[in-house]
Amino acid sequence: MTKPKAIILSGYGLNSEEETAYGFELAGAHADIVHIDDLVDGRCKLNNYQIVSFPGGFAYGDDTGAGNAYANKVRNHLWEEIQKFIVRDTLMIGICNGCQIVSNLGLVPAFEKNYGASEVALVPNQSAQFITRWTDMKVTSKTPWLDGITTLSLPVAHGEGKFYTSEVNLKKLHKKKQIALQYISGPMSTYLDLPANPNGSLGDIAGIVDETGKILGLMPHPERGMFFVQRPDWPLIKENATREKKKIPSDGPGLQIFKNAIKYFS
Amino acid sequence: MVTRIGIGSKIFDTRAITRQKKLHKLGYKSITALQILDIYTIDKTFTQNQLEKIASKLSNPVTQNYIFRTEKIKVEPPTKFTWAIEIGFLPGVTDNIGHTTKEIIEDLFKTKFKDTEGIYTSQVTFLEGKISKPEALEIAGSIYNPLIKRMHIKSFTEFTKDGGMDVVVPKVKLSLKPTISKVNLHVSDDELTKIGKQGIANPDGTRRGPLALDLTYMKTIQQHFKKLKRNPTDIELESLAQTWSEHCKHTIFADPIDELKDGLFKTYIKKATEEIRKTKEDFCVSVFTDNSGAIAFDENYLITHKVETHNTPSILDPFGGAITGIVGVNRDAMGFGMGAKPIANFYGFCFADPRVDIPLYRDQKKTQKVLSSRRIMDGVIDGVNAGGNQSGIPTPQGFVYFHERFRGKPGVFVGTVGLIPRKIKGKLSHRKKSRPGDLIVMLGGRVGKDGIHGATFSSEAIDSGSPATAVQIGDPITQKKMSDAIVKEARDLLLYTSITDNGAGGLSCSVAEMGKESGGALVTLEKVPLKYPGLDPWETWISESQERMTLSIPKKNWEKFSELMKRRGVEATIIGEFTDSGNCVVTYNDKTIMDLDMKFLHDGLPQRTLKTTGSPASNAVAETTAGGRIMESKNQEKELSEMLERLNITSFEFISQQYDHIVQGNAVIGPLQGRGRVNGDTSVIRPVLSSNKGAIMSQALYPAYSEIDPYNMAASCIDSAIRNAVATGANPAKLALLDNFCWCSSNEPERLGQLKLAAKACYDYAVAYGTPFISGKDSMFNDFKGFDNNGKPIKISVPPTLLISSFGVIDDVTSVVSLDVKTPEDLLYLLGDTYEELAGSEYFEMKNATSNAVPKVDSRKNKKMYAAFYKAIKKNLIASSISVGRGGLAVAIAKKAIGGMLGTDVSLKNIPGEVTRDDFALYSESQGRILITIAKENKAAFEKALQGNTILQIGKVTKDPTIKIKGLKGNEIVNLNLKKATNSYKKTFKDY
Repeated sequence: MTKPKAIILSGYGLNSEEETAYGFELAGAHADIVHIDDLVDGRCKLNNYQIVSFPGGFAYGDDTGAGNAYANKVRNHLWEEIQKFIVRDTLMIGICNGCQIVSNLGLVPAFEKNYGASEVALVPNQSAQFITRWTDMKVTSKTPWLDGITTLSLPVAHGEGKFYTSEVNLKKLHKKKQIALQYISGPMSTYLDLPANPNGSLGDIAGIVDETGKILGLMPHPERGMFFVQRPDWPLIKENATREKKKIPSDGPGLQIFKNAIKYFS
Repeated sequence: MVTRIGIGSKIFDTRAITRQKKLHKLGYKSITALQILDIYTIDKTFTQNQLEKIASKLSNPVTQNYIFRTEKIKVEPPTKFTWAIEIGFLPGVTDNIGHTTKEIIEDLFKTKFKDTEGIYTSQVTFLEGKISKPEALEIAGSIYNPLIKRMHIKSFTEFTKDGGMDVVVPKVKLSLKPTISKVNLHVSDDELTKIGKQGIANPDGTRRGPLALDLTYMKTIQQHFKKLKRNPTDIELESLAQTWSEHCKHTIFADPIDELKDGLFKTYIKKATEEIRKTKEDFCVSVFTDNSGAIAFDENYLITHKVETHNTPSILDPFGGAITGIVGVNRDAMGFGMGAKPIANFYGFCFADPRVDIPLYRDQKKTQKVLSSRRIMDGVIDGVNAGGNQSGIPTPQGFVYFHERFRGKPGVFVGTVGLIPRKIKGKLSHRKKSRPGDLIVMLGGRVGKDGIHGATFSSEAIDSGSPATAVQIGDPITQKKMSDAIVKEARDLLLYTSITDNGAGGLSCSVAEMGKESGGALVTLEKVPLKYPGLDPWETWISESQERMTLSIPKKNWEKFSELMKRRGVEATIIGEFTDSGNCVVTYNDKTIMDLDMKFLHDGLPQRTLKTTGSPASNAVAETTAGGRIMESKNQEKELSEMLERLNITSFEFISQQYDHIVQGNAVIGPLQGRGRVNGDTSVIRPVLSSNKGAIMSQALYPAYSEIDPYNMAASCIDSAIRNAVATGANPAKLALLDNFCWCSSNEPERLGQLKLAAKACYDYAVAYGTPFISGKDSMFNDFKGFDNNGKPIKISVPPTLLISSFGVIDDVTSVVSLDVKTPEDLLYLLGDTYEELAGSEYFEMKNATSNAVPKVDSRKNKKMYAAFYKAIKKNLIASSISVGRGGLAVAIAKKAIGGMLGTDVSLKNIPGEVTRDDFALYSESQGRILITIAKENKAAFEKALQGNTILQIGKVTKDPTIKIKGLKGNEIVNLNLKKATNSYKKTFKDY
């Protein structure tokens, strides 16, 4: 089988491209990190890839709103290419800052496949502070990205992660099953004794998809939860495993998301 | 034409709600509503259509409204409010949002802003409520800093009458004729002293700001130019001042001191490292010479570390000072060897109690108030947040420390760990050398008036003459672009031969430093890109504008390098050529304005022999009892709860959580450990995604010991920094150290006496433990001179502070151990001896008790125990582990219990060492102790592994969520509910 090709965008303050690319490689993809300007001036083309990832980061320092300036750049230069990419049988994921970018671009939720209309927003956290912690989620829609997963735990790290949309849109999201992930009380929030919803997100929404399910935007970071030792409770799990003479795992829960992308193309 | 666009929230605005809450907390309860409007003032002509488009690009259609109007801003509908307060930047202050907005517009219309055009951001806060004008002004004062920002206020009536706020364009306007002047040195010694202290005189009689050159230095310069038969130009004198500054040359550590001809650095710090490297397996790769120190990571990589202080700028503008500090030390990683990638940030903040405000003023008339401790704290925390988070560098480790003597000047420590391949295209990456003929290239940001006299300024005590131009604000995204372009691309193409950071002294220091490698430099200064026209050449040369690196690039590589930087949106400019002329020459429009012998520039400064006197308590060895004057409380639950609430012990989770510590995916042991999220002293990262090797970092400081016993203070710092790392799983034989001396009044013989003792301890204990110093930095004048609330002169000196950081490599990250207890019925062991060593301890600070018995360190005993403990960890025998530090054993027990959310049942009976009182046993800060738990079945194996060392099983972990401690006589002295303990541990900063 030829490996599916993933492109991970970088530049202007995106900063999680290396570990995101590593996740795709670990799962079995061929991953290239490409600076957006190399796409803009045509050195590199999206049509060579099956997977596009907008990784986490702090593009343009969140100035004028998280994800806004980078989304403007994409819209000004790459909109046609993106649209061509979407109509092919492809996958796209926006993680954290990437989620803010695909939301600003209107790639999610894109009701009636109307890509480009901005319908949802990620606004400053309820606490008005950046927050880094682990959360638990349940999967609430059908998407290749989350295939076979019902609940999972991943960390968040963001200043503007509070999901917001109009009442009408929220109803639509529910009705069309485009809410992909919702924060719930689970093993990590229990372990850490923290509230389920880390940022005051409307409807506990942590991630949404487009109608095809092939484009996923999520605030939590699968690439920061793909190794066992990234879990905050790993020393406890290890200690218990040692006593039971069991081997400790090497993967974290996030890796499955990358594996799912590869599975989709196999 | 000037247009203003205003953007407001059409949904709940978290920022406005938070600001209102904050103001309520400050006592402005009369505010009933608060709204915020973001203003973009566009100084460039656009059509109505274009403006509409710009406004839509700057706002979020789901959550925001925009309004715009030429000339004046109008809020529609005119909402109800009492006061409108607009706050924006002063001319020339870095405006990051303005910068991004400019890029958005340029990209949108494929246009470029001219140098005379610009975008400036500001914010209007609308206040509603019964608020008087003085109160409104006070509120404004609490949300803006006049050193960097401007403020305009209008009442509702004024606002309506004028049709909005006035249009202000904070454009920098300077006289457009740069001047170069000569400085007459044929003057009296008094005048020389004045020039050195207050700076070169301007034609109008004002002075340019401190050169920090004392009379000895000035006379040496006078002599030098006498020989040359000319006077120096202003740029030459400024350049010498930068290079010779305490900040750059570390003269106090370099100069002879008493009988030590080679000075403190060579005699104690450097010599320790040299001796250690000779006697054991050498894991050091680059020490003291480069921007960071480096040790071997594995066969493919080196890891680097550097810790800096940024105290002085942080008191003027805490946010700007701190953000500049963190992004500045990031460049110390990027500037190591051929450029290391920053992989972890570290912070350490020393403040006065933020809960009380004791007003201080810089001037006798009380017009220049020093920012309150709370504002300094908030600003500093925000600054490192913005700098670290936006740069995509995780911050797994840090500390806060509080002491009243940081009220005049905070201690702001920032550090960065870097990762670099050992070889790049077959060449050793830590070697670099500019060659004659290589181009001098400035990369990154542009040069403005910001940060002028930063190096000389921080070498002086702070007073009312402190220049506002010393304040600057970092721009993490400009730096991130540059960092990515260097460490992720250009470095691996070997396009340059050398690289260094533009930090203190700006170009004057970076070019002179790199010029040492080739043997000279020729700079064409007018080529340096400026933020705005009108800088004098001397200002361009020494400005400390941020986000810049200097590189040497072989001519044949220029085209490729320049093309790459253009594609990455990073400005690269040739500003000269490295030479082997032996001189550092600067021309400006073909006229030579500086021609200094490199030898004189670097080595011309005269040595001054420093004299010390013993500090009175510094030899307090004899007294070992802990001064029994304080009463032992009958209620130890209450005492322990109060200890857990203390500023120096309590949780600072609010900082840990707002600093991204998981970016780059390298987190292993982060800032918060266990179910109870307890702040640990040690962190572990896994820098290479495909490898299970790790890097471990910790630190220690004991400023409260310093005045009593500086020698044992330093010994305790070293032992604690090592022990913290060992407790988590570091190999004690492979740890390196960093030293940061943050001293006060270092021109006073008594302070120098304390310094000498501390430095001697550094040598003694580093050698004893075999832990080499790889890098260090000092800041010697942390004194505030000003006035108190009665206008009386006051001097506040920070307590002599030594921060020791430890740094090492972990073979397998899954072998490290966290601090939280894991399983009921596990056995709790105390390793090491407890003595009545409570001088300067957190307990005695709480009790206001004094004593001379600072903990002493038995390095031979400890070293043996640490080695044995490391073996036990490697064998997976340890379930949890914490180093006993500030607050002593009782605090360590509580942290372990809170961490694991389980109880403990402990007895202090027969506790090893010598201690006669329960409270002393609970809170003594004796060094060399580790508190651990093990599974019952590991008892025999563990005791065997630790054979020959002092260990005692003092209790066990219980399911019952209570911290129970029996005293020396076996009676119960603490029975503290875990919930209550947790509440105490977390309540102090609950609402921060």
